[in-house]
Amino acid sequence: MASPALLAAVGEVGGDFFKERTSETLPCQAKSGELFCWDWAGENIDRYVTPTLQHLELVLISLAIGFAIAFSLSLLAHRRAWLRPPLLIGTGILYTIPSVAFFFLLLPITGRGRETAIIALSAYTLQIIYRNTMVGLANVPASVKDAARGMGQTDRQILWRVELPLATPEIIAGLRIATVSTVAIATLAVFAGGGGLGTQIYGGGNLDFLTSIIIAAVIVIAMALILDGLLLAFQRLTMPWRRAAS
Amino acid sequence: MSLPLDLHPVLASFGGAIDFIFNPQTSNVTGGKDVGGFDQAVELILAQLQISLYAMALSLLVALPIGLYLGHRGKGELIAIGFGNAGRAIPELALIAFMAAAIGVGVLNLTIALAVLGIPPILTNAFVGVKQVDRSTVDAARGIGMTEFEILRKVEIPLAIPTIFTGIRGSTIAIVATATIAPLAGVESLGDFILNENVYGEDGVLAGAILVALLALTLEFTLAGIQRLLTSEGLRLKTT
Repeated sequence: MASPALLAAVGEVGGDFFKERTSETLPCQAKSGELFCWDWAGENIDRYVTPTLQHLELVLISLAIGFAIAFSLSLLAHRRAWLRPPLLIGTGILYTIPSVAFFFLLLPITGRGRETAIIALSAYTLQIIYRNTMVGLANVPASVKDAARGMGQTDRQILWRVELPLATPEIIAGLRIATVSTVAIATLAVFAGGGGLGTQIYGGGNLDFLTSIIIAAVIVIAMALILDGLLLAFQRLTMPWRRAAS
Repeated sequence: MSLPLDLHPVLASFGGAIDFIFNPQTSNVTGGKDVGGFDQAVELILAQLQISLYAMALSLLVALPIGLYLGHRGKGELIAIGFGNAGRAIPELALIAFMAAAIGVGVLNLTIALAVLGIPPILTNAFVGVKQVDRSTVDAARGIGMTEFEILRKVEIPLAIPTIFTGIRGSTIAIVATATIAPLAGVESLGDFILNENVYGEDGVLAGAILVALLALTLEFTLAGIQRLLTSEGLRLKTT
């Protein structure tokens, strides 16, 4: 299964990983052409519990921080148009820097660990959430705002009672994209020493162990789909009028 | 001096990394051979661009015709949009590791793995861009006797260029970013610096990260500029 060429190639990358291979993985490894070793998976599935919870924690904390910052920035920029170009460029730069590079750029400043991973992951979500919130707010018809003003609402009331509720579909759409992307990218947190499911792919000699790679990937994709579904359900529950309209 | 963060070691780290980019350093594992320096940095940047270019070419070749066709017919929304959403959920580390372990290492396999990440944004944006062209405009084109292919080429694509190009940009950045972990699939890239701390040292790792970030940002700004030039003047709107 593991070709000598791969072992050589990966050996260059990090020679230590293969020393840690636990003996129970060997019987499956020995079977050549084995794509997925069910016996091993059945016996070892519990070792994925902690990484899965770590992964979920990374994602949820990063999203919460990213959302808090991006949402506040949108509210600021909503009233002050001059803030929009610098915020778009600033969040765009954070979005464009590849996550792997971002982790290693932060290492000298914040050190290895979960915090570094969370900083990079939340920075990545800013642009997606910020841009969607701005689009949502911009899409609110002027006539609706005029009507609210005519009823005597203040700017603050219009924002919280009219504009934000009407912008919620776009805001949640942004949050969904950010969530799904973050679940996938959090796999790279292993490079920053941030734990998560990436450890079951890259660390501990798993890099050529297909069973572990597949289990980790399936959990990551399932987590993305479940969180996405929860956000969609939340949107449906909080905005019954949209469902009636469509 | 009561800074919450002691800046001196941070500045020293970045200084060391920048020195690594321009001047070769001695390494204790290569048997006296110097590592890093400008020549090797350029070589690895070009290597990363090369594998990204292959993957981009494959992505465009696959995704563009399908996306344009489906958009023109207004069919297959579920495939085009669903594919784009699914693409985001794929963990790139798992994908590269899976391809390398299941099929083997090498340029061809990595090109395919990277294209898996590059195809969805192009496909979705090509579809959406073409589909959202005003139907009355398309009817007018058909009315003056244009063939379906002419409609696509002369009406729909020019109007959809901003959206299509947004997809190409997103795809390029995703591919170049992921090409950083190309060494896991036995292909050279700037990831060599990042993933081989034992050879290149801390300076090399940080130098690799700086170069990857600069490479991605340069490409993003260049592509954004090209997009502006390609967009017909009437379509240039103020961005929110």
